[in-house]
Amino acid sequence: MKDVEMKMLERAKQLLESGEVARVIGWKKGEFFYDPTPASFETVDELKDFVYDWFCGANLSKYLIQMSKKEGKTAVFLKPCDTYSFNQLVKEHRIKRENVYVIAVECLAKLNIEAIKEKTDGIVKSVDVEDKDVKVVTTNGEYTLYKPEVVLSKCAVCNKTHQAKDEEIILHERPERDVNRFEEVEKLEAMTEDERFAFWKGQLSKCIRCNACRNVCPACSCVKCVFDNPHSGIAAKANDSEFEEQLFHVIRAFHVAGRCTDCGECSRVCPQHIPLHLLNRKFIKDIDGLYGEFQAGETDEGKTPLTSYTEGDIEPKDVFNGEAK
Amino acid sequence: MQRIGVFICWCGSNISATVDVVKVAEIMKSEPGVVYSANYQYMCSENGQQLIKQAIKEHNLTGIVIGSCSPRMHEATFRKAAEAAGLNPYMVEVANIREHCSWIHKDMDEATEKAVILVRTAIAKVKLNAPLMAGESPVAKRALVIGGGIAGIQAALDIADAGFEVDIVEKNATIGGRMAQLDKTFPTLDCSACILTPKMVDCAQHEKIDILSYSEVEEVKGFVGNFSVKIRRKARFVDETKCTGCKLCMEKCPSKKGLNEFNMGLNTRPAIYIPFAQAIPNVAVIDPTQCIKMKTGKCGICQKFCGVGAIDYEQKDSFIERQYGAIVVATGFKPIELTAFNEYGYEENKDVITSLELERLMNAAGPTGGVLLRPSDNEHPKIITFIQCVGSRDTSGCGKPYCSKICCMYTAKHAMLIREKYPDTQVNVFYIDVRTPGKNYDEFFRRAVEQYGVNYIKGMVGKVYNENGKLMVQGSNLIDNEQVTIESDLVVLAAAIEPEPSVRKVATLLTASIDTNNFLTESHAKLRPVESPTAGVYLAGVCQGPKDIPETVSQASACAAKVIGLLVKDKLKTNPCVATPDENMCNGCSQCANVCAYGAITYVDKEFRLGGGKTEIRRVASVNPAVCQGCGACTVTCPSGAMDLKGFSSKQIMSEVEAICKK
Repeated sequence: MKDVEMKMLERAKQLLESGEVARVIGWKKGEFFYDPTPASFETVDELKDFVYDWFCGANLSKYLIQMSKKEGKTAVFLKPCDTYSFNQLVKEHRIKRENVYVIAVECLAKLNIEAIKEKTDGIVKSVDVEDKDVKVVTTNGEYTLYKPEVVLSKCAVCNKTHQAKDEEIILHERPERDVNRFEEVEKLEAMTEDERFAFWKGQLSKCIRCNACRNVCPACSCVKCVFDNPHSGIAAKANDSEFEEQLFHVIRAFHVAGRCTDCGECSRVCPQHIPLHLLNRKFIKDIDGLYGEFQAGETDEGKTPLTSYTEGDIEPKDVFNGEAK
Repeated sequence: MQRIGVFICWCGSNISATVDVVKVAEIMKSEPGVVYSANYQYMCSENGQQLIKQAIKEHNLTGIVIGSCSPRMHEATFRKAAEAAGLNPYMVEVANIREHCSWIHKDMDEATEKAVILVRTAIAKVKLNAPLMAGESPVAKRALVIGGGIAGIQAALDIADAGFEVDIVEKNATIGGRMAQLDKTFPTLDCSACILTPKMVDCAQHEKIDILSYSEVEEVKGFVGNFSVKIRRKARFVDETKCTGCKLCMEKCPSKKGLNEFNMGLNTRPAIYIPFAQAIPNVAVIDPTQCIKMKTGKCGICQKFCGVGAIDYEQKDSFIERQYGAIVVATGFKPIELTAFNEYGYEENKDVITSLELERLMNAAGPTGGVLLRPSDNEHPKIITFIQCVGSRDTSGCGKPYCSKICCMYTAKHAMLIREKYPDTQVNVFYIDVRTPGKNYDEFFRRAVEQYGVNYIKGMVGKVYNENGKLMVQGSNLIDNEQVTIESDLVVLAAAIEPEPSVRKVATLLTASIDTNNFLTESHAKLRPVESPTAGVYLAGVCQGPKDIPETVSQASACAAKVIGLLVKDKLKTNPCVATPDENMCNGCSQCANVCAYGAITYVDKEFRLGGGKTEIRRVASVNPAVCQGCGACTVTCPSGAMDLKGFSSKQIMSEVEAICKK
């Protein structure tokens, strides 16, 4: 990973020095070594804080909505999953593609510090990865963890590849693997209605309405969110009662349906560990079933199943009768 | 301060028999904002309207709610009454307490409670109504007729005779449609071609009619008065302007194995062909799947022999775009596929045919020159058995649930013609019922039975099978209460008819509604039978429901009358209930434009103030109010809720929902 970071840093320096770009979007050191933060670097000097490691899970594409409007080009490092969000935003005319220089960077999954902390004792001092082994040193000792068990939930079922790039920095190829991202959704589908209701009620009642999921979501990038708009008639309602509190997430899932690329950021940032991505993934699975496989953000143009009509579209009565193809 | 008036209609006993109208009016008096509430026997009557007008003036009403029938019936009446009393017509709301309430409930208390809720809901909405002004849009003085069968031909002729330009778009190489394939027509037995072809010729010669044969509608934009239609002119590989219809190419073409569609595939035709003798336009077309030149690159015989150089193997599809004020859909029908009806042995036995195939076998221009010979061995069939309702009135799911309407009469016609021409032939007809409503229809059927001795057997057929080269028809005779097996030489199936499948595409392009059987839906089954719910789109012929020629012609003329009524206007009033974006909230994401069926939404870059002297340029939606039809698809698609619909704002709808849910 260090070699990749060096290469990225080198490229960022070149681009800034040559004046090809006015800024580079990447990650910089956070308060702790395991919480790197998205950052915009405008000078070579600022790059001293640049970092790319096993904890750079944040999706940088959403920052480009504002950045691509600025004077000069913006270079950005995008992991495979981030490029889908990027394409979707280009498609929705939110990112000015011509103002962005995309550097595709490799990703061999990102680690989940919460999971590491749970599996170890003491204060985590350092984390190192060697193939499938995650070596953790804490104040209380040394641990070797199995990597697939401590990656972010979005990385556990990821098979994404770069869908947009102007150049790439890939030093280690990620092997193709056989993953089923709908496994968790299938478990929920197998529940009875009452069980499922109880599951979601339990999960969503943990919500503290910090809005982190909404703020991080690349699909939730409205100029003015309906939940912040006093004229929408639902702004104050969302926290009117326990029931409506839960509806915040359901409404949000509907708003991003057909546009959600399954980047998994909502669940990554949730301080209450609500598996929010499952709501979106259920929509994705249903859309696949009803209209044929569709991956939002695979391209930055073309029609999407929920906002277009074709003669072959399933009839509403068949959806109702559960006769999805 | 809002001053709402409420008017509860009895609709004679239609509403008052199930809803306590006096009580509803009384309760409404104490609703917040309501200053006047009354009930009356017929609100739509002159006196009822007078009551409304007076109340508006006397009580200074700012909005009114009528509790009555569906707004589809009288909303316009009440809006006009309000306007006459000086109130903006869009300050009127109708609570449907008839179709949505009195007609579907039996219990008076329940119905009254629901009526109260419905009226309260309308009050909640009208309080948020804003006065709206209708705009104007021009009318393109040209009509489009989709389909060149008898329905399309008649509609086109009537519209053209009134002085308006008409284009007929026909997907086949000639106009004429199904009627051109028929031999004789009931109940007068005149020759189909003899009465159809003069009309086809009229079309060709009419200076106001442009026949676009071998063409299909590709794209439709716009709205009533202003449709913009893109038409695909399919490559026929023959220059229409040069071909003289001499048919020399047909004679010389070495590839003669293509199934003759006009003769229902009962014989073959050359790869280059004119569908039938009276085809209009009388221009050849090349079937690229049969043409040796186009398949192998070698041949070109037709090109060599064509005296006018009309053959063009390189011809490509071309497109034209035209503006129309009105569109008539007349896409017609086809007999259903019989694959689901193995019991009749249609696939296995050459001598089991459909009625339309029989038409061709009896027609002088058909494969047998009009002599009735059965397909298997070209022998005269001596015993012919007809089976009715093959796939019609079928609730098993294999066929169609509806009656195809024409089969009883054409079978009587076939039976009679056969008995007339070949008196030694025995003709049997298995039927469920014989349905003959129509002028001179029952008399016609009785002649078949009484004069011509056709053997009608009430009962259905279980199966048709081949035994030693004979067709055995096994069915029940319900009158004699016995099973019968009839040895037959020819079996004729009255296959159900269904809308021509291409109608689905046409309906989609026109956003015209279609029912579960693919018939286009009319605006009102009784009072607006030729109008589609999509303004400016009219329906003629079987695309709207099964019907015979006289009915089709009447409907086509009715369509023409509607079209003429529209095209004589110079301007149309537009619906002011259109979408409008709140630019401050618009993301410019294009989702609304993606779902807009009318192409009413475009985007513009606008500068917005951000505060602190800063500005930002954003891409925002812009709605063309002349094109928007107020369907509301954009408002529900917009993720930020920036798009709203005048007269049906999200706020209004939410307030209605709240009024319904409030206890």
